[in-house]
Amino acid sequence: MNWVAWKMLTGDRTKYLGIVFGVAFGSVLIAHQTSIFVSLMRRTVSQIMDVADADVWVMNENVQSVDELRPMPDTEVSVVRGVPGVAWAVGMYKGMVTARQPNGLHRQLILMGLDDNTLVGAPREMLSGSLADLRQPDAVIIDKAGYSYLFPGQPFRLGCTLEMNDRRAVIVGMCQASPPFQTFPVLFTRYTVARQYAPPGRNFLSFVLVKMKPGTDPAQLCQQIGQRTGRLALTTRQFAWMTVMYYIKSTGIPINFGITIALGFIVGTAIAGQTFYLFTIENLKQFGNLKAMGVTNRRIIQMILLQAIVVGGLGYGIGIGLSAVFFELTKDVTHLAGFQIPWQVALLTAVAVSVIVMLASILSIRRVLVLEPAVVFR
Amino acid sequence: MKLVRPLTEPSIAVSCRGITRDFGDGETRIRVLHGIDLDIPLGEISLLVGPSGCGKTTLISIVCGLLEPTDGDITLFGESHETLRGTRLVQFRGKNIGFVFQQYNLLPALTAAENAALPLIIAGMPRRRAVAKARDILETVGLGNRVDSKPSQLSGGQQQRVAIARALVHEPRLLVCDEPTAALDAQSGQTVMELLRRVAVHPDRAVLVVTHDNRVFEYGDRIVSMTDGRIEKIETRTQRMAAMSAPTAEPLTVNRVFGSANHVA
Ligand SMILES: Nc1ncnc2c1ncn2[C@@H]1O[C@H](COP(=O)(O)OP(=O)(O)OP(=O)(O)O)[C@@H](O)[C@H]1O
Ligand SMILES: [Mg+2]
Repeated sequence: MNWVAWKMLTGDRTKYLGIVFGVAFGSVLIAHQTSIFVSLMRRTVSQIMDVADADVWVMNENVQSVDELRPMPDTEVSVVRGVPGVAWAVGMYKGMVTARQPNGLHRQLILMGLDDNTLVGAPREMLSGSLADLRQPDAVIIDKAGYSYLFPGQPFRLGCTLEMNDRRAVIVGMCQASPPFQTFPVLFTRYTVARQYAPPGRNFLSFVLVKMKPGTDPAQLCQQIGQRTGRLALTTRQFAWMTVMYYIKSTGIPINFGITIALGFIVGTAIAGQTFYLFTIENLKQFGNLKAMGVTNRRIIQMILLQAIVVGGLGYGIGIGLSAVFFELTKDVTHLAGFQIPWQVALLTAVAVSVIVMLASILSIRRVLVLEPAVVFR
Repeated sequence: MKLVRPLTEPSIAVSCRGITRDFGDGETRIRVLHGIDLDIPLGEISLLVGPSGCGKTTLISIVCGLLEPTDGDITLFGESHETLRGTRLVQFRGKNIGFVFQQYNLLPALTAAENAALPLIIAGMPRRRAVAKARDILETVGLGNRVDSKPSQLSGGQQQRVAIARALVHEPRLLVCDEPTAALDAQSGQTVMELLRRVAVHPDRAVLVVTHDNRVFEYGDRIVSMTDGRIEKIETRTQRMAAMSAPTAEPLTVNRVFGSANHVA
């Protein structure tokens, strides 16, 4: 009878494709919207995750996210270095600066000041020039997306200049950096150089980046640093989550996206569930016919479930595939770069599609089971 | 499969006693069948005739176990409906009853042969063997050259012949046809009825055909007339011939055909 179920499902090609694409479209809506949300949230922490060498981040105790920092005195670096369990500790600056382009335009930029000796936190992938060039005076490295934003349509040229805080900066290299949530260009330079570009202020240090000695317990280390400095010390993971939660709590993104995802879910569910449910209802008479001819209810349930699994499986596969293709095609678009379907979202979508299709089948099965087999004569 | 004649009631396939059926509840409750007593014999075609809405379809649905009677007893080949419940009833039906419907009810996704093979597949026969057997029977109904056609590629008459093949492929002991000719033109209707006479009638099988197409009355061995949920009269072919040749003869009543034994309620 499984064969009959399969034939019933695929007999009418157009209808069959319609149902599968209904489910596929539902999956796309769910997977795509959720992936964008998750990827966007990941962007908020991309600058944290990019600093792969640091185990612990020490920052001003009033900091809420990586994008809203308060400076500390430079002396904190040496205090942290004195805490047992710390292998090394270096300072880092991160801040917003206004840069003047040669054509007179002013632009907001994210400026990263890296420890002069170690350059901890430097971009991992250079597209042009080399990290060592940062040793030159007034040298900065810009991220690729930022360069095309500042100099649209121009091929990359070493030696372009910018002006920040009335000081000249020379672009000596281009790098690939994970796009930050605020899609500003990112400039990397040495800590001491950054100090000259940044707006003047009493304190300048944004973070102390800490590498633990092997075998140290991160939670314990954070606690000790906190006690010693009175500052906030977080593991990379904790800091990332704090930032994500900050964005979720204090911006409209979760609400807006929540609505979009909810809509994606509802519309996706409606389409996927509806098409399958309608399919069974359209075939109600055929099922009644089979019941009259001696097919037991158990067999009918098996048939419908088989159809549901085929439709759900194919629809889900195609849906996830289409979403993946979308992100693949848009990977060079600045605002979507690095967006992808996390496996958790793929799993969530699978669960959602299964639930939807199961619900639709349960409704369908109910209809078929209560069906008076006498309808065959009507 | 060999048909085995039950030991008791040798010639009666189905017997109904005091069948009533109500539809609806409370105020809107209506009685559609008012105590039907009827025996359907083996080896014959019985026609069930009567005006639209008199309860023919309701009665045969009950006979086949597709619908519960409100009251009364049915015995199918010596088995009381009382003892046939749930899955057993469904399987009993699949094994013993063949159906032919007004609207053919073929599965559009299956070929003629696959459709005709369905009852065998349902009974668990491997698909290849079932389809091979269905091809043979399609040959018998004159569709040997259309075995691989989909229903949509067949005319109404051809579809009904496929339906007849399907209804007979598993050699059921009861064949039930509801208005098998109603959707067909006169010529195809005749063909279908001739086919039923030729292939369906068997000493161990009862054939029950609901119709209000008086052009096909001649194909019945006996004609059961219903009005308003009651059996009005039952005529055998011989009685009908006699009645037609003697127009003044008084119509036969139920009692006169079957005697009072039929009224054990
Ligand atoms: N499920 C139902 N609910 C309510 N009333 C019903 C139902 N099925 C049948 N009836 C009623 O029972 C009566 C008999 O119906 P039935 O279909 O048995 O008649 P019929 O003799 O087969 O008519 P036709 O020749 O038009 O097919 C009709 O009045 C019909 O409206
Ligand atoms: Mg009817």
